Amino acid sequence: MEHFPILSIITFLPLLGVLFILLTKGENADRNAKNAALWVTVFTFFASLILWFNFDKTTADFQFVETASWFGDNINYHMGIDGISILFVMLTTFITPIVILTGWDAVTTRVKEYLIAFLILETLMIGVFCALDIVLFYLFFEGGLIPMFLIIGVWGGKNRIYATYKLFLYTLLGSVLMLLAMLYMYFQAGTTDIPTLMQYHFDTSAQIWLFLAFFASFAVKTPMWPVHTWLPDAHVQAPTAGSVILAGILLKMGGYGFLRFSLPMFPVASAELVWLIYGLSVIAIIYTSLVALMQQDMKKLIAYSSIAHMGFVTLGIFAFNIQGLEGAIMVMLAHGLVASALFLCVGVIYDRMHTREIARYGGLANIMPKYALTFMFFTMASAGLPGTGNFVGEVLVLFGLFQVNIWATFLAATGMILGAAYMLWLYRKVMFGELVKEGLKAMLDMNRREVIIFTPLVIFTIWMGIYPSTFLDFIHVSVANLVTHHQAALAAASDMMAH
Amino acid sequence: MTETMLPDLVPAYGEILMAVGAMLLLMIGAFRGNKSTGFISLLAVALMLVTLFVTVSWGDSATYTFGNMFVADRFTSIMKVMVLVASALSVIMSMQYFHDEREERFEYPVLLVLATLGMMVMVSANDLMSLYMGLELQSLSLYVLAAFRRDSELSTEAGLKYFVLGALSSGILLFGSSLVYGFVGSTNFTVIGQTLSHAGDHGVNIGVIIGMVFILAGIAFKISAVPFHMWAPDVYQGAPTPVTAFFAVAPKIAAFALLVRVLYVPFGDLAASWTQVIVFMSLASMVLGAVAAIVQTNIKRLMAYSSIGHVGYALVGLAAGSQAGVRGLVIYLAIYLVMNIGTFACILSMRRKDGMVEEISDLAGLVQTRPAMATALAIFMFSLAGIPPLAGFWAKWFVFKAVIAAAVANPAATDYGLITLAVVGIVASVAGAYYYLNVIKVMFFDAPAGEFVPQKSRNMNAIMGVGAALLLLFLLPQVNSPLLEYARMAAAALMS
Repeated sequence: MEHFPILSIITFLPLLGVLFILLTKGENADRNAKNAALWVTVFTFFASLILWFNFDKTTADFQFVETASWFGDNINYHMGIDGISILFVMLTTFITPIVILTGWDAVTTRVKEYLIAFLILETLMIGVFCALDIVLFYLFFEGGLIPMFLIIGVWGGKNRIYATYKLFLYTLLGSVLMLLAMLYMYFQAGTTDIPTLMQYHFDTSAQIWLFLAFFASFAVKTPMWPVHTWLPDAHVQAPTAGSVILAGILLKMGGYGFLRFSLPMFPVASAELVWLIYGLSVIAIIYTSLVALMQQDMKKLIAYSSIAHMGFVTLGIFAFNIQGLEGAIMVMLAHGLVASALFLCVGVIYDRMHTREIARYGGLANIMPKYALTFMFFTMASAGLPGTGNFVGEVLVLFGLFQVNIWATFLAATGMILGAAYMLWLYRKVMFGELVKEGLKAMLDMNRREVIIFTPLVIFTIWMGIYPSTFLDFIHVSVANLVTHHQAALAAASDMMAH
Repeated sequence: MTETMLPDLVPAYGEILMAVGAMLLLMIGAFRGNKSTGFISLLAVALMLVTLFVTVSWGDSATYTFGNMFVADRFTSIMKVMVLVASALSVIMSMQYFHDEREERFEYPVLLVLATLGMMVMVSANDLMSLYMGLELQSLSLYVLAAFRRDSELSTEAGLKYFVLGALSSGILLFGSSLVYGFVGSTNFTVIGQTLSHAGDHGVNIGVIIGMVFILAGIAFKISAVPFHMWAPDVYQGAPTPVTAFFAVAPKIAAFALLVRVLYVPFGDLAASWTQVIVFMSLASMVLGAVAAIVQTNIKRLMAYSSIGHVGYALVGLAAGSQAGVRGLVIYLAIYLVMNIGTFACILSMRRKDGMVEEISDLAGLVQTRPAMATALAIFMFSLAGIPPLAGFWAKWFVFKAVIAAAVANPAATDYGLITLAVVGIVASVAGAYYYLNVIKVMFFDAPAGEFVPQKSRNMNAIMGVGAALLLLFLLPQVNSPLLEYARMAAAALMS
């Protein structure tokens, strides 16, 4: 496989679908466009299985590496994946076909443009996880804003313009600071190559500034309290498919950024500023869980729960040990599936009733048994029920965190209880009780397309819950390497201080 | 020795060709009248293309002629190529417009050729005299062009305003030149540079610095850098749209070329003094361009503020004070050229049955009525906002790269000024993104507001399409490497 550019093919395959869609004409154009998009994304998923089966789990090195000269001055087109990124690539290629199916009937206006936006977004998202050059990374990272801006702005809800501007400008402001930091690193280290930069030692005071600049970007993207406010707005206004992409993949870029940049490149700053991360994460978990309890809009509630879950991710990452890091990655993956599924659940009844207000529903379990079962499953998964991926991830995070900070662990565990509270409250309000509210009696249960959408999500959530080794095996060596590297860097730094 | 030496004309062949060509076009026009405007326009484009090839064929070596008043090297040739491309495209874009408006007059292409000639002289100027000559030839043509629609109050006002303020700035520049001449004893850039570098222990006379600042102010007016930008919005809005398209690009490139040469050749040793001025102008332009554009409703006015902002970013490259900075500036100007010409091709296609429209709200729902044009304009707007992966991002990347490199290389002296410049500039780019997004919002999210008549000119659609494609494909090494390489050679030629 050495000379076969499999990563580039997977990354740019969705663009082939864009080409197909542009060529569709005539009265069946929309249908053909949908089929083209679906087939291309499914094919991309199968192509990414090549990575899954050929991945060498015994090494922490980057694999499937491709390098080509690009912008001169040491800026190269450099792609590659390791144990940390492969599962995110898989997650992306897995979620995107589901996303295409989601909009199958719900989107009726400008279908072709809608599909093109999602396909371009897929390319950019896969690129983020494969890029091994900071400039290339930044390109994919920022480029994703353009399709997302259009998806929310064109196909979003009533207040979509406010939401999409907020998303765009918040993220852009964070990212440009990261760009400056990248330029600075480029001149300090003389390269933009990520593996090389991981070995480079920036001096401590520079690390702090660089860490904060990257933090500005990743904290917005993750999102962390208090820069999370764009997320509920974006989620509420986005079409269902947009929410799924946002919760399922885009939010993971922040956590991935911490793992790829902050931890290995600025180890000293990461250790120095750990109080900041713990503080913000714990606030996020408890505060946003309380806020979630007060929501009247289903999507907003799930959006706030996402922020709480991301709090676990940042806590796990900055525990600096194997359990914490593996837990953080597991939470991200599981949340990618479960939050996507929850937004899809909301989408199912939104497509029928055209409202997301919790108070307008009640008693749906009486007439929608399949839906009730699915929703129940994902409610439980979100609350961290044993047997689901979320449980594995959150428990690993807590184990890891307990070794370094008991108070943060205690507070985060409290957040888990609150998480169960708001999810069960939501479920009770929507599903149980008498079926008396206006217009609900005519609701139909899930159709075949919807069942097809949910089945793989259920399977993988359970798989992650009962046999997490399948996934952890991929991660383990890379994470262990990251931890060793981090400790060595800290030891070296304290040696320097001692002398 | 009574023998008169004929100066070496070879380096100036391009300019001579343009001058002779302009006279010929004028004669054709005078004899055949306004009905020959289309033909003369085509001839003007052809003339510019021939000149372009003559310019390109100029070799590597820097050659001075006309008593060292005129220089031709790699830097001048790439800048002249950009000026000529921008001018030729402006002529092409104007043909359909003046035809539709029934304002076809043969003076228009001729004036454009003359203005371009002035710009070429500016680019090649190596003496305060030739600088002034080129600048005035260009300016006088532009004053007339701004007021070209004699019946329109706005156009006349634009021309007059531009003339009065332009004359003032020329006066300032002349005053500065006279101070420099008085204190140094020469008008030649090379001689001034040598004199100043041997200034000795007591340093450079304050009079020279004042003269230099006056000259800078005069040129800053031409590139509409803050605080000499006040004319730009009114003139951009009032002038006929093809003229605005021309104003936004070609004169700026020429004035930038002049500015770079003035700063590096005669005043290279005063870098410590002029860096502060450039940093200030750059900061102020970026911030004003971003903030003031937010409230604009007229798209031409918006583009005026946008260009003020972009001048600020281009100046960042100069503030770096390095070869990489000049290279970044050249790359910036080339990408700026594509973005602006493309945007104005879209603006010139905003025509309803009852005439041209130029409010941003007129673009509402464009994606539903004219999807291709809306997509192209969206690409131009995202690129102007500097969103990756479009070329506008790389333009900013190269200037910021230069300024950060300067800050890292020299942490002691100018560190905080340059870092501040980078941080403020990049934050201003986020504020600036807001109004570019607004155009996209109107086109993509709002309900349609009445259709435009289809663009009859294939050339315009081609300009839009090629421009958008270039900005998208700038990522590919095949597309970007020639520009990067030429920019490197240009910067090396100037700084050697």
